[in-house]
Amino acid sequence: MKVSMKVNGAERSGDVEPRVLLVDFLRSNLRQTGTHIGCDTSGCGACTVLLDGEPVKSCTMLAVQVQGRSITTVEGLAQGANLSPIQAGFHEEHGLQCGFCTPGMMLVGTALLERNPHPSEDEIRWAISGNICRCTGYMNIVKAIQHAAVAAGGK
Amino acid sequence: MFPAAFDYRSPASLDEALGLLSEQGDAAKVMAGGQSLIPLLKLRFAQPAMVVDIGRLSGMSGVSRNNGSLRIGALARHVDIERNKELGGAWAIFPETAHWIADPLVRNQGTIGGSICHADPSGDWGSVMLALSADLVARSSKGERVIHAADFFKGPFETALRPDEILTEVRVASGSKSAGGAYNKLERKVGDFATVAVAVQVELEGGKVSKAGIGLTAVGPMNIKAVAAEKALVGREPTDAVVAEAARLAAEAAEPKSDVRGSAEFKKDIVRVFVQRGLKTAIARAKGVSA
Repeated sequence: MKVSMKVNGAERSGDVEPRVLLVDFLRSNLRQTGTHIGCDTSGCGACTVLLDGEPVKSCTMLAVQVQGRSITTVEGLAQGANLSPIQAGFHEEHGLQCGFCTPGMMLVGTALLERNPHPSEDEIRWAISGNICRCTGYMNIVKAIQHAAVAAGGK
Repeated sequence: MFPAAFDYRSPASLDEALGLLSEQGDAAKVMAGGQSLIPLLKLRFAQPAMVVDIGRLSGMSGVSRNNGSLRIGALARHVDIERNKELGGAWAIFPETAHWIADPLVRNQGTIGGSICHADPSGDWGSVMLALSADLVARSSKGERVIHAADFFKGPFETALRPDEILTEVRVASGSKSAGGAYNKLERKVGDFATVAVAVQVELEGGKVSKAGIGLTAVGPMNIKAVAAEKALVGREPTDAVVAEAARLAAEAAEPKSDVRGSAEFKKDIVRVFVQRGLKTAIARAKGVSA
């Protein structure tokens, strides 16, 4: 079945079986391996991508459901050599240890700041509540998102 | 992990979707947001020959308030309900429930109708439907049918919906100016299924309870309507003693099983506590004071 979607601003298409998951389409067909497969059972958030700007689990979505829609993966955050504010925040605040949850955390953070440029600590914690960091590095992840909010002109 | 092969259809209209269902019958499975169905497909607990994706049908996701009544389209996502500013006052139970469903990522994709039709005994919306005595509107190519929430849930993952029907809308009416509700949920962590949750909705008239609804989550083979507890409230002034008696009766109606989330005895007691707590919040909200 033909499927086409925008991935990080570029039109991409493929011929897939309907049962192919979005995360597998991104990783195997498009070779965009920044999106991680963690638990594969809808529990961990490592596979988070933005669907039309909102974070969803790409392991719990069929590629064909995204026909004509727009996906942002971690590969779409940086502008050339310039890190996005969230990426810079993770860099500055040591927001990652092993890095496995990081793409999902950064995308959730990006969507949060888009909707709410001045989130409270509680709002940040709530926003990342569907994403698990097994290094338990949550303190610095929260700080990294706060750093990005300030850098982007927040208070 | 990936599902067994299936034929995928993404109909452009509700009528086209209903046509597919009347042809396919049991062989087709309807998908809205897919947040319950896709995990089942991946684990191969479900292996339908066809998936009919209604997720992007237009005109089925609106929320509208009219006098005392409320209509929510089956395709309204949990996040749409969570952030809907119209859903305060008498309908505060809706955003309160949505807020505790799964996690933010699931709420961005999952729908109220999908959750109700999935009929997981741990599902949150089922209890809210029972507490509110909601009307669930089903469409097939033969027409429309209204199913009362109390008649909708038949067993674990089983509903009164026929294979050729799609749930299109939830309708709730309130007969009183002073109505209020509350949803209390105990979960081990964000994203886990409820250990226990309780939905409560009351209407007050002249200081007495004119209508009461109580729905229980995760304490039986399906969402349970605590009818005896509801009856113990109606026509009475909601004193502490009356509320405590309703809570006791609701705990009696619960049929929990002991599991990793807690013993049956513990869960029954949480039902009692949540009915009591929920009623106090709901009554305060119905009176227009913050709980």
